[in-house]
Amino acid sequence: MPWWLELIRAIVGTIILFTGVAVVAAMFGVLLERKISGWMQSRLGPKHVGPQGLLQTLADTLKLLQKENIVPHRADRAIFATAVIVVPLAALLDYVVIPFGTTRWGPLIFRDLNVGVVYFAATSSLVVVGILMAGWGSNNKYALLGGLRSAAQMVSYEIPMGLSLITVALMAGSLSTVTIVNAQAGLWYIVAQPVAFLVFLTAATAEVNRVPFDLVEAESELVAGYFSEYSGMRFALFQLGEYGEMFAMAGMAVTLFLGGWRGPVLPPVLWFVIKLYALIFVFMWVRWTYPRFRIDQLLNFSWKVLIPVSLLNLVATAFVVMVMHR
Amino acid sequence: MLLDWGYVAVFAIVGAILAALPLLVIWLIAPRSAYPQKLETYESGVPTIGQAWSQFNVRYYLFSLVFVVFDVEIIYLYPWAVVARSGGALAFVEILIFLVILTLGLVYAWRKGALEWV
Repeated sequence: MPWWLELIRAIVGTIILFTGVAVVAAMFGVLLERKISGWMQSRLGPKHVGPQGLLQTLADTLKLLQKENIVPHRADRAIFATAVIVVPLAALLDYVVIPFGTTRWGPLIFRDLNVGVVYFAATSSLVVVGILMAGWGSNNKYALLGGLRSAAQMVSYEIPMGLSLITVALMAGSLSTVTIVNAQAGLWYIVAQPVAFLVFLTAATAEVNRVPFDLVEAESELVAGYFSEYSGMRFALFQLGEYGEMFAMAGMAVTLFLGGWRGPVLPPVLWFVIKLYALIFVFMWVRWTYPRFRIDQLLNFSWKVLIPVSLLNLVATAFVVMVMHR
Repeated sequence: MLLDWGYVAVFAIVGAILAALPLLVIWLIAPRSAYPQKLETYESGVPTIGQAWSQFNVRYYLFSLVFVVFDVEIIYLYPWAVVARSGGALAFVEILIFLVILTLGLVYAWRKGALEWV
């Protein structure tokens, strides 16, 4: 293919992926969160805009577009403004290596990098850069505390997540996400690696700053945490980043442990979506089940429980792989 | 290989432009009516006291030092994970020695109290 055709393909792919994430993850995700929250608390949730409140988030976005854009006069304008681009972009970069399904022409993925898993580990931790920028640039005490907590969370939960990613890569003998999905043709890795799956899910919850690890934006102590000072559309972009990251983590968990697009009868893409939303539901279920951790409990849990457990799991897996392939 | 990363670069650039697009829209259509009180930093409704950019006790710096060690360890484990099958017993024993040394490091940090919230 000539280079300009490749370029057009890449640009069109990016635009499709970006719009898809904005609509499916952010808009529908927020609605789902509100509906499920309502259901779990015996109330109805949004109901008036569109059929059963389906258009609520769209209406909210249109409203936010018309809101004034306030930059506090003490803020560091450059950092304050760039942080809103860094957070959603970092979340979206994850989607490059997530295979959504398969077709006659090959797997449905933006680019099947041969180091896909390492790439995912790298980009998923980039969000914290944006959060730290927002916290520092706001020059607000609550925001700064939120940003610093986010950094603490990242340095602790990055390691158990990396270790569980390595365990899966070890099982499949490859770092490419498509190869990992294909390696699960016989047995999903959630069966072979339940410990790694639980560690990954816990670390993912911590990395996307959701309850019970939502100290970064703990509304009862830090107002809204790192985005306290952000108004209007900038706030919406942070929400896009947050929900985009959550869906990316769930998508990666599906890819690594739940067999990706694999399943009987139904088309592959549909299987992927079903598994994705099942995991999203688990995230939201956990939100209304557990109270928030304290920051020292949160760090201790990672260093004294998750890391030793996942190290042991890795050694055991390495032993089994060695015995099986001798 | 190079083409793969070319795609990622295009994705990053176009993605940044798309993320900045809503900011252009609000710059065009959002109302502007700023006055000093509105531009004040939020501090629960009372006048803001001082800057947030002051000396701050980052209490988890010991965790971040241990993190650096472990993150480097993880980078070494990724290539091993790919070749572990062909490496056989030798690769297993080698990585075991590597992991034991690092675990000793974790145990040392733990015993020294580096993993306590100070």
